[in-house]
Amino acid sequence: MIFKGRVWRFGDNIDTDAIIPARYLNTSDPAELARHVMEDADRDFPKKAKAGDIIAAGSNFGCGSSREHAPIAIRAAGIQAVVAKSFARIFYRNAFNIGLPIFESEEAVEKIVEGDVIEIDADNGIIKNISRSEEYSARPIPPFMQELISAGGLIEWTRKKLRVS
Amino acid sequence: MTITEKILAVHCGKKEVSPGELINAKVDLVLANDITAPIAIKEFKRIGVNDVFDKDRIAFIPDHFAPQKDIKAAEQCKILRDFSREYNLSLYFEVGRMGIEHALLPEQGLVVPGDLVIGADSHTCTYGALGAFATGVGSTDVAAAMATGECWFKVPESMKFIYYGRLNKWVGGKDLILHTIGDIGVDGALYRAMEFDGETIRVLPMHARLTMCNMAIEAGGKSGIIVPDKITEQYVKGRAKREYKFYSSDSDSGYVEIKEYDCSKIPLTVSCPHLPSNTRPATELSHITIDQAVIGSCTNGRIEDIREAAEIMRGRKVNSNTRMIVIPATQQVYLQAIREGLAEIFVNAGAVFSTPTCGPCLGGHMGILAKGERAIATTNRNFVGRMGHPESEVYLSNPYVAAASAVMGRIATPGEL
Repeated sequence: MIFKGRVWRFGDNIDTDAIIPARYLNTSDPAELARHVMEDADRDFPKKAKAGDIIAAGSNFGCGSSREHAPIAIRAAGIQAVVAKSFARIFYRNAFNIGLPIFESEEAVEKIVEGDVIEIDADNGIIKNISRSEEYSARPIPPFMQELISAGGLIEWTRKKLRVS
Repeated sequence: MTITEKILAVHCGKKEVSPGELINAKVDLVLANDITAPIAIKEFKRIGVNDVFDKDRIAFIPDHFAPQKDIKAAEQCKILRDFSREYNLSLYFEVGRMGIEHALLPEQGLVVPGDLVIGADSHTCTYGALGAFATGVGSTDVAAAMATGECWFKVPESMKFIYYGRLNKWVGGKDLILHTIGDIGVDGALYRAMEFDGETIRVLPMHARLTMCNMAIEAGGKSGIIVPDKITEQYVKGRAKREYKFYSSDSDSGYVEIKEYDCSKIPLTVSCPHLPSNTRPATELSHITIDQAVIGSCTNGRIEDIREAAEIMRGRKVNSNTRMIVIPATQQVYLQAIREGLAEIFVNAGAVFSTPTCGPCLGGHMGILAKGERAIATTNRNFVGRMGHPESEVYLSNPYVAAASAVMGRIATPGEL
């Protein structure tokens, strides 16, 4: 899989309250959540972000609550993928479980500047910075997570395991 | 093996597991709330199984936006209620019987030592205080576990925290954990099991242990855990609704890191905006005026916490520039507070005494902050916008400090009163 898009940069410890503030959690409708995505980190983000864009952030992205609304809101806003130095544990699980592509790369995050266009080669763990003609490597995705991705997420993986037709 | 590895091994039918290993383990209890259960239910229905794995091991607790704060919240809560009726779930807690999930389940003996518990709420790690492995997951994880009774885990590395020495006056579990998070940072225990140990922990009462394990997630931890002992036994006997088992860590257990803290040097601690790791001694913050003080949450809403706040408020008034909101975590705590005359102390002091809810902790309802307002709270997070407007601020503390601050209208310690 190749993900190519324009990057929005965020810092360290972007928490789930910043990704989708709890005041909007009285719904789980993805489209409604998308209207407020990243709002408390950047008020204009929901307006600025376009389908196909990519988020690049520092360490511990998605820390805080377990709300799956966070990766759901990101995906529903059309964000293709998130690259971060590291992800908080529950966000990491949630992203794979629902099929939001995420990649860990310190190098990429150090060097990518907002507005750069990057191309992520998910199969080979290579991140190309088209704007700067640079190339970075992403941490390999563990085999089980790859299995989840190819099944299409945890629900499909579970259906397969339970042989529900 | 560590206690964490032993519990995980038993639940996946292996003699041994080691850090980094990926396992599929049986869960003893699965829980979700009014924010996370609706997604779990929707995903569960997509799996296409006819029934849940066990109707007595799925707990649905509407506590975040309940009592239902608006029409949308009411619709969310209704999804839990309807599903629980349809599938005949025995652990659905209606408003009036519910409490904040992580206070309610241990109190009711529904999580017990040796359990493996997952919950679609990050503070599920609270139950480690009982010697259980408990961790927060997402709604889809809960959906899969509702169908299979299992969940996938990477066995975490364990990190040991040893506390020794006598606690200073008014210093409690909250100060120990805030101090620890301040030391290691909000990702200082990322993906790890935090095992709390040492002579101070061995005499630490259960409510304080629950507070400590509750905030393991605030250091990025997968779980917090305390090896069960006499204090655990005392707490669970008479409550436990299921058989329980005590596990302990072997003396040759492998820890990825060991931290030691001399408790006599740990002061009353406050986390300043906007990270729980941004800690300062309370005494250095007396210039910070506050608009609101909140006592409650899954972190500090137990009867002992309410008693501590009441001890400060007895015969005193909430400062005229400040609002005080006291929220017992469960119906049982609420009733106990009435019986002991604590509710009366708060009302006489000019404070709100509320029915159980997570409410203001996550900026849901029952005490939201306006732009520029500042609160001190016994809750667990002080992220941007956590209790209301993105330009409001939250300071985290123990109940004594929060109550003393309510009296003074600024951050204060009980010693100043």
